[in-house]
Amino acid sequence: MATPNVVITETRTMPYGFTCGVVAAAGAFFGLFVGTAQGSGLVGIVLGAAICAGLAYLAMAYLGTAQERAFKWGVVALFALAGLLIGGVPGLVVGALFGWFLGWFIYWVGRCRYRMALPPYLTGGQVLWHYSFRVICGAIFVFLITPILVVMPLSFNAENFFTFTPEMLSFDPEGYSLRHYRNFFQSNEWQSALRNSLIIAPIATLLAVSFGTLAAIGLSQPHVPGRQVIMAILISPMIVPLIISAAGMYFFYSRIGLQGTYLGVILAHAALGIPFVIITVTATLVGFDRSLTRASANLGANPVTTFFKVQMPLILPGVISGGLFAFITSFDEVVIVLFVGSANQQTLPWQMFTGLREQISPTILAVATILVGISICLLTTVEILRRRSEKMRGMSPG
Amino acid sequence: MTLSKTLLATTALTVAGGAVAAQEMADSMTLVSWGGAYQSSQQQAYVEPYIENNPEVSATWDESSNEAVAKLRAMNEAGNITWDLVDVVASDAIRLCDEGLAMEVDHDELLAPGEAEDGSEVDPSDDFGDLIVSDCYIPQIVYSTTFGYRTDMVPEGADAPDEICDVWDLETYPGKRALEKRPINNMEWALLCDGVAKDEIYDVLATDEGQDQALAKLDEIKDDVIWWSAGADTPQLLADGEVFMGSTYNGRLYSVIEEQDQPVGMMWDAQVFDLDGWIIPEGLPEDRLARVKDFVRFATDTQRLADQAEYISYGPARETSAPLVPEDMKQHMPTDPENSENTFLYNYEFWADYRDDIDAKFQSWLAQ
Amino acid sequence: MSDATSDPNKIEAPTPDDPLAQAKALDNVDDRGRMLAADGTPLKRQLAKSLRIQKIRALALIAPLLLFVLLTFIAPIADMLFRSVENEIVSETLPRTVEALADWDYDSGESPGDEVYAALYDDLFLAQERKEHTRLGTRLNYELTGVSSLFRRSGRGVDDIGELYQDQFEDLNELWEEERTWAELMGSDEWLAAQEAWDEESGEPLPDFQLREGMPTLLPETSRQMLTFAEFIRTEDNESPLEEEPWTRVWAALYTDLTNKDVSGYSGPHTDLLQEASAAVGDFETTPIKQAFLDMDEDWGDPEVWGTIQAFSPDYTSGYFLNAVDMQKTPDGAAMRDEDERIYGLLFKRTMFMSLVITFSCILLGYPVAYLLATLPMRSANLLMILVLLPFWTSLLVRTSAWKVMLQSQGVINDVLVWLGLVGDANRLVMINNQFGTIVAMTHILLPFMILPMYSVMSTIPPSYVRAAKSLGATNVTAFRRVYFPQSVPGIGAGSILVFILSIGYYITPEIVGGTTGTFISNRIAYHISSSLNWGLAAALGTILLAVVLILYWAYDKIVGIDNVKLGG
Repeated sequence: MATPNVVITETRTMPYGFTCGVVAAAGAFFGLFVGTAQGSGLVGIVLGAAICAGLAYLAMAYLGTAQERAFKWGVVALFALAGLLIGGVPGLVVGALFGWFLGWFIYWVGRCRYRMALPPYLTGGQVLWHYSFRVICGAIFVFLITPILVVMPLSFNAENFFTFTPEMLSFDPEGYSLRHYRNFFQSNEWQSALRNSLIIAPIATLLAVSFGTLAAIGLSQPHVPGRQVIMAILISPMIVPLIISAAGMYFFYSRIGLQGTYLGVILAHAALGIPFVIITVTATLVGFDRSLTRASANLGANPVTTFFKVQMPLILPGVISGGLFAFITSFDEVVIVLFVGSANQQTLPWQMFTGLREQISPTILAVATILVGISICLLTTVEILRRRSEKMRGMSPG
Repeated sequence: MTLSKTLLATTALTVAGGAVAAQEMADSMTLVSWGGAYQSSQQQAYVEPYIENNPEVSATWDESSNEAVAKLRAMNEAGNITWDLVDVVASDAIRLCDEGLAMEVDHDELLAPGEAEDGSEVDPSDDFGDLIVSDCYIPQIVYSTTFGYRTDMVPEGADAPDEICDVWDLETYPGKRALEKRPINNMEWALLCDGVAKDEIYDVLATDEGQDQALAKLDEIKDDVIWWSAGADTPQLLADGEVFMGSTYNGRLYSVIEEQDQPVGMMWDAQVFDLDGWIIPEGLPEDRLARVKDFVRFATDTQRLADQAEYISYGPARETSAPLVPEDMKQHMPTDPENSENTFLYNYEFWADYRDDIDAKFQSWLAQ
Repeated sequence: MSDATSDPNKIEAPTPDDPLAQAKALDNVDDRGRMLAADGTPLKRQLAKSLRIQKIRALALIAPLLLFVLLTFIAPIADMLFRSVENEIVSETLPRTVEALADWDYDSGESPGDEVYAALYDDLFLAQERKEHTRLGTRLNYELTGVSSLFRRSGRGVDDIGELYQDQFEDLNELWEEERTWAELMGSDEWLAAQEAWDEESGEPLPDFQLREGMPTLLPETSRQMLTFAEFIRTEDNESPLEEEPWTRVWAALYTDLTNKDVSGYSGPHTDLLQEASAAVGDFETTPIKQAFLDMDEDWGDPEVWGTIQAFSPDYTSGYFLNAVDMQKTPDGAAMRDEDERIYGLLFKRTMFMSLVITFSCILLGYPVAYLLATLPMRSANLLMILVLLPFWTSLLVRTSAWKVMLQSQGVINDVLVWLGLVGDANRLVMINNQFGTIVAMTHILLPFMILPMYSVMSTIPPSYVRAAKSLGATNVTAFRRVYFPQSVPGIGAGSILVFILSIGYYITPEIVGGTTGTFISNRIAYHISSSLNWGLAAALGTILLAVVLILYWAYDKIVGIDNVKLGG
């Protein structure tokens, strides 16, 4: 999506009063925390405001952009040292981070760089709102991501519990270990769980995608009798509460001898993944230009060729994203597999669930960290591939 | 009747002589247990030694003892039993036996005779004694549900808690408590601390007034209770310092104290004894049944049950195993005289009847 | 691949809106003024035919999946929901009792007559041999506390009734102690011969037991019981009546027959034995059947017990559904449960309320993020999208336990607040094991399900609309409120219903962080499936929950249209 025409606003030095005021407010805000932690909030506010305002004045009035780099490093060093004195090693890290932020913030505010990316006609209020909105969104992203980040250091816990030990908080190497990772790679149970997950999820995905894509193509034809009802039935695995599905499949699959078999778990997971495939593929097909298939037929291609040469490449993104959803549904599914599976089909989530119930061990967190790592790699790869293919097609990204 | 008695005696004799009829035996077993430290004690004490003796056998664990009754019922409906041996608590064994889902066994015929210290042999039915609470049940261990507390959170000047009513004493011992999210045990403790005599508790609990009385007593601490449902909860809560004291199985507390080195102490007062043991599902094919019988005979002999106590602090169900328990483990056993001054035995019959009714009341009380 | 698509001839037929074909057809009008298609057939027919082919082709494409979902998913659900009304266990386990009890009137306030107890003796005896009585006891215990142990005790005591007579017969003559005696007395000669000849090693099935001729009229009751007994041990235990002592029920039947019937006309094996017994039974010690049951357990005299059996004797019951709405099926009809036992109404209301709160929080947090993603340049939007997708890809269990680590009183948030001095160490915030914990954790878990549909709707809104509004003089707020927001409503709708439907069925997260006040109806369903084993009640609760979801789905389809759901991209 194109941004509004960007007019580079000349950077200029803001009035010192404005810069110092804004920076002092930020300083006061952080000073409050440091102050209360050290005993007096008020002193913290005053000192924080004063120090930050002083630094801002120093930078704007005397150093200017010429010595910006030197100033920033100085601030980082200063606050890192202060942090080390107050709070030891964690303080050093926090202090350095804050110093880096402050150095950037002073120049950002003082040199009016915050207007650089915005249309020049915006009023002050609008600029303020623009950035407040970003801060709010930032906070929501923090909410989304923090729990996942918190889990990672805990997976290196030397203890057998889900708690930050005092040794960990003081960055004592004694408090950290790789034992839970070793446990994951050496334990038969975890390895067979991983194997099971890697058998069940891909096959279930394959089933869901192949059946689902065909049906989605059928559903997107202009005249389908009973379309509403069919759609409702196909979507139902997504809307029926999982516990009901699990109980129903459990009783029914027991009766027909599928309970406790790979086939049973795979069929159940495929059924759960189908709605995602249907939804994503029909969504892609809505924008599909029908004249392309007709053109292909006109040029003598049979329907199979038409499907694979014309239709498939165009709806492929929808198929892939539906497949990814189906895969993750199976890969992360615990309720159904607990009921439909048996000891031989223990998947990773099953192993995690019994782990959480019966014997809490950070091995679960180690597994989670590995999986998150894999997801990050996957997501980035997909993104890089997408950009490359866009470049190759000559489309400008963004 | 007399005929069957003599028959029994002779079979017991032949079996005692070690003459197990050679039969087709399956090569794999699916054992069902609870996971965690308990399962690994079983693995070390008798599954591994058994596999060492019979290298052709492989054993798979299914950690489904929690849902054993439900799953066995469904398997039975379907006529497809995939489990070979199931570890359950006594009340579940009674239910399974009642419903015909577990096989009735003749303990004297199936199990190995006990080896007493003086070298004499003891009939299994005498060796297990009263612990055979059902014809289908092969008990392994006696465990208890009892309290653990954070030693470092005991207020200064106060003694460590040593009686059940200290759970209710929020003034002396401030802090959260962890109790199990079901009425069993909690109702008994509440009545006990509300002045009901120990031998009248179940009579009182059978009445509506008695149930209300117990809930009213629990009301006093309701705001300070974290309710647990999985065995790993209380140890984690204690390790995190989330609760001051909490009920759980004594073996879990043992591993928190001895293996994880957490500042936790045991409070044995009014501990509730319960049993854990095997049942054989009804309807196993011959070859699997033969294998399971062979395994159970090995796994519940005097030595094996005593071995298990090396790995976890549960008391062996055989009388003859008791002297073989290592000295340093004895003090952690729920059955140790020092620990068992005041104990309860889970009342199976009562809870079989009143479970649904009291549970409905308890859950609606919880939800309010 | 289905037939329709793999047949290349079909697609070459002109499709209705094929401009070439239409142009040709325009030139061809037949004598009756009908338009003709290229091949000379009337266009109307041609169109109808092509439409039919299209329909068939579409259905052929859908059919495999439809069949798949029906078999693997819909059938299990239907099967499970059926359990909520199924109640055959009473009439199957106690068939005669149920029949005899039909005439009894609960309102009379008295226990039923002797014939009902006699029927119960028959039924209960067989049930305890089959080990079905305790299962029935468990079933009825859901409705009336104490029935479970009543049945268990009676199962143990029911042998005593007949043992009384067995002992007296055996005291009378030692011949009765031999298993053969019974077989010779009751079995036909052919059967006896066949049975004697039968060899266990041969692997042949046991011969069918046949009654001696004349026995059914001479000793009708005994014959019936003997037949049941012989059939049972043959099929269940693979044993023969020659080697098995008959059940005590058979002895009791013999006593009844001998007191009522004249056996002087009998002349077969063991005539003397029978004559002797017939003469002696007059002096036998006896307990009337009803009294015997009352001795076993006085609850058998309680009309409440009989009323419950009567109320639950039909094959289908509304009992589970009544339980699911805090009511009870009593002998007097449906009634509310005691105040302190009502729980499901509360749980349904709470599930609804919390799901609403969660949906609302998701809208609140999801809207700005989706807006940001939709307005940022693609490159940055995709990077930020990774932040949204990452939690989505992380195991649900891990995210839930992460929230446990974050929220507990010794957890990360409290630790940070205490470290900053905002909260005293003694007054740490309680954020877990209550509704707050469930709402926070579930909002986090479901947020991607809100953001993705919102984003896909918002990214289709052309930015030029808002710019046009502004250039026409609208303020920022007005432009957003009047132009942008209305266009984004479908996204909100799609996300909301998705989140709401997912959250009212949630189970794992409330179980782990919900404590007592943050649990949902699903947790109760799970409890009834795996712990209390009251599967009928679980199914009834599930049916109600499913009905709510289906109504929502229907509303959703009406308002937004199910085709408009998009999951990112």
